[in-house]
Amino acid sequence: MQAFEYSKPTTTKEALGMLGAQWGETDILAGGTDLLSLMKDYVHTPKRVVSLSGIKELKLIKSAADGLHIGAMVTIEELLENAQVRKEYASLVQAARGISSPQIRAMGTVGGDLCQRPRCWYFRKGFGLLPRDSRGRDLVPNGENRYHAILGNSGPAKFVSASSLAPALVALGAKVTIASASGNRTVDVEKFFMAPTDASTREVDLKPNEILTGIVVPVAGGAKQATYEVRQKEALDWPLATASVALKMSGSTVQSAKVVLGHVAPTPWNSAEAAQALAGKAINESTAKVAADAALARATPLSQNAYKVQLAKVAVKRALLAAAGKA
Amino acid sequence: MPSKYDWPAEGKRSLIGKRISRLDGPDKASGRARYAYDTNRPGGLVAKLLCSPHAHAKITRIDTSEAERAPGVRAVKVMAPAGTEVQWQGFEIAAVAADTEELAQDGVRKIKVEYEILPHLVKEEDVSKAANMIKPSAEETKGNPDSGFSEADAVHEGYYGINTITHCCLESHGQVAEWNGDNCTLYASTQALGRIGGDLAKVLGAEPATANIKPANIRVITEYMGGGFGSKFSIDKWGIVCAQFSKQTGKPVKLMLDRDQELLMAGMRPSDYAKIKLGAKKDGTITAWQHESWSTGGPGGGGAPPIPYVFTEIPNQRKRHIAVSTHTGPARAWRAPNHPQAAALTMCAMDDLAAKLNMNPLDFFIKNLPLTARGDVYKAELLKGAELMDWKTKWHPRGQGGNGYLKRGVGLSLHTWGGRAHDSDCRIVINSDGSVQAQLGSQDLGTGTRTVIGIVAAETLGIPLSGVQVQIGDSNYPPSGASGGSTTVGGVSSSTRRASVKALDKLFEAVAPSLGTTADKLVARDGRIHVEGDPSKSLTWKAACAKLGTKSISEIGRQPARDEGNLNDNGVGGIQMAEVEVDTETGIVSVKKMVAVQDCGLIIDVKTAESQCYGAMIMGVCAALYEERIFDQQTGTMLNADMEFYKLSGIADVGDMVVHMMTGVYDGRGVIGLGEPPAISPPAAISNAVANAIGVRVPTIPLTPDKVLAALEKGGRA
Repeated sequence: MQAFEYSKPTTTKEALGMLGAQWGETDILAGGTDLLSLMKDYVHTPKRVVSLSGIKELKLIKSAADGLHIGAMVTIEELLENAQVRKEYASLVQAARGISSPQIRAMGTVGGDLCQRPRCWYFRKGFGLLPRDSRGRDLVPNGENRYHAILGNSGPAKFVSASSLAPALVALGAKVTIASASGNRTVDVEKFFMAPTDASTREVDLKPNEILTGIVVPVAGGAKQATYEVRQKEALDWPLATASVALKMSGSTVQSAKVVLGHVAPTPWNSAEAAQALAGKAINESTAKVAADAALARATPLSQNAYKVQLAKVAVKRALLAAAGKA
Repeated sequence: MPSKYDWPAEGKRSLIGKRISRLDGPDKASGRARYAYDTNRPGGLVAKLLCSPHAHAKITRIDTSEAERAPGVRAVKVMAPAGTEVQWQGFEIAAVAADTEELAQDGVRKIKVEYEILPHLVKEEDVSKAANMIKPSAEETKGNPDSGFSEADAVHEGYYGINTITHCCLESHGQVAEWNGDNCTLYASTQALGRIGGDLAKVLGAEPATANIKPANIRVITEYMGGGFGSKFSIDKWGIVCAQFSKQTGKPVKLMLDRDQELLMAGMRPSDYAKIKLGAKKDGTITAWQHESWSTGGPGGGGAPPIPYVFTEIPNQRKRHIAVSTHTGPARAWRAPNHPQAAALTMCAMDDLAAKLNMNPLDFFIKNLPLTARGDVYKAELLKGAELMDWKTKWHPRGQGGNGYLKRGVGLSLHTWGGRAHDSDCRIVINSDGSVQAQLGSQDLGTGTRTVIGIVAAETLGIPLSGVQVQIGDSNYPPSGASGGSTTVGGVSSSTRRASVKALDKLFEAVAPSLGTTADKLVARDGRIHVEGDPSKSLTWKAACAKLGTKSISEIGRQPARDEGNLNDNGVGGIQMAEVEVDTETGIVSVKKMVAVQDCGLIIDVKTAESQCYGAMIMGVCAALYEERIFDQQTGTMLNADMEFYKLSGIADVGDMVVHMMTGVYDGRGVIGLGEPPAISPPAAISNAVANAIGVRVPTIPLTPDKVLAALEKGGRA
């Protein structure tokens, strides 16, 4: 780990004043479960680390007319313990439970889950987020891509979005709130994630001198929800594919659906095709399967990850059946 | 011939063969146990290694000047000078000692190395891509393979493989070195504390500045160690540089490998891949075996697997092997070297032949037991295992694992191991205050060695386990062998038994006059010394020892020792069965239950013996389902030299584990080692269970979802 200056401000405003204008100058420390690993591996070498742990307002969960406001520094465990979250957002709870291990749930935060860097092993071993060898060749297509993207991978970004909560938050229509010296802005969680097209851009819509301060999850309004993760291990492991669904029902048929996949693309993948396939249908094994096939119809697997297409379909199908109470 | 050193008969054992908790459990659970990694000496420095980022390269230039000037850096040493050809990623290039770990790491980053990159090979499964990196062996035959196959009613041909994996010691390799004049103390995480000091002295003795250093100058201390599994027998380059730094700076120096270094260069288990053909008669009798295998153990290639395994007496055999050299970290012994690979290849091919013959594998394997060295033992174990697994109910013909997408299946495997006792000296000291010390220059790798020594001494002296202080983990104690190959328990239990009998004889001599008898009439039991057949004439242990006055008794017991009882033996058999559930939609395998039935002669402590089996089975589940060194052929980089994508099971992933130790009639053989045997069969048994569940073979281990789905698709069962 490279030596750095550490600061622990007590207000968001104070923290904003400490951030650099360029990536690489400063890093924001939340729970540290990702940043410290990045720093130990010299993937991140910030000159200054700004801890948000002294800012009390970022640790709150508040209910308001527009939904539930969850501070960025709320830990995953605190999220899981919140009565309103447990009552209204089953899919978010299921997503949070998937975050292993208990130590990560205890230290890791909601904001950190959204802002963690991709787990792409080429990135983590120092080959860059858009990994290239010394001659400029893209390493992923002919390399070890079993865990890489099967959707949205036609550009240079072939990693998968690492966030466990994002698919559920996108399905629930949540927004992130972002503070900067020039004021606050809100962005749909769906739009917060971006596939970078060149080495100067990141995977989220956040500038180096901005802070993600929290999320707002709209009132669930009785939508049926579920998140399903396909993972190889019960213990500490990353999902191979995830799906989170939110269904507005009209009687026993779907009025409108959101089907969001995770760990299959550089961003959470909101499948309009699956939503369309479900409109007006009752949820059963066969409609769920049709929706799953629709969600993956445009999949473009790489040399080693065609199996993930099947896993993603299973995730969609099982999430739909679970949401409909038929799992 | 019976001897006074013989193990007590079954009815006369008070501690041996019981279930006794390990002596150091509370110290380990509470964190009081001090490992090499926990050792921090006053004023000590920390050293870090610079390792090659390239798999194959020539060092053209190395410049340490900036590192030498860096803050806090006390010493820099080049381990691979310009001109060295690096053969794997992680190859040691230089080391830096500094005031803190962080400053040492900063110093390492300031060393400038220029490389000429050379072509590399880091993958071996596709042997056709190995080009000039292969070394084929001559064909070996036994009997007449062609006529063996023509006698067969069914012939099966298949492809099988098991990959390279690492040791994943919880405590990484390394040590602390501290000099006092010409005497060095090494606090080392080692399986061989009696050996590495001498190895270090030999290296130092060859250098002018330290030419006077002899083995007696080096003391090695290993109070506790966090796993070795065969990878910690050597002083290693990092041990030498650590000692040199300490000598040079006059300060204690600590050098422990980082986790990525541990995974890259501190040892791996060679792979084995094979095309296997075997034939059998309708009744299941195997008539012929043929294989072409290939494997890598890193730069040195890979040795031929000992297959057919266990069923070595198959009458007609033809074998060929290709050693593939790869630019990856080199092999070291891995818990039962070559056996897990051999079991996976043999037992999976046999299981497929059984399926082809429409035979229950339990019957098929039993039918062929005459081809093994211990058919009766295996038969008893297979029947016991079948009962514990409820094999009769759970086994079904392939493809009948259930109607839903979750399929259940069972599989089995057999294994063997030696486990002969290593050389060991034990000193038993009895003091006049009643205290007893058992002293051995042995090390407890976490297996329960300390506990076993205590049990044997206490049993022999007739005192409670708490009455014996077990003193091990220090090369100043009488020498005992390295802990590898399941040789420790036989060695230390035998030497401890002999020393204890001798020491007790001396005590009897000292107290006999006061009990009005002779030494040969005395026995020690329940904390008392009394006249055989007359418990009224007795002394408490403490009172008896008080008769020693100002003297102590100190006796050495030796293994081996002629005419001092048959205390140990060699050669065991074991079987394991696995039950799995496979999600055929996702290809994810979960182990539901495993059964291990194991013979290892006389068991000193049933509880720690069972623990050995549990640990081995968990390690086996990891190897069967998760572990892989994943290399990128483009860059030569190991992409998962971490604990995130080098996957190991958690406790939720291992299922129900049942262990049955074969005791009773097997006790008469004496003590035999147990470290290796239970680690052999899990991948084979689990792979066979998966084949039973889903109806098709997943050819190579680990059984990851992508491979399971591909096998289902190929078999038309997706």
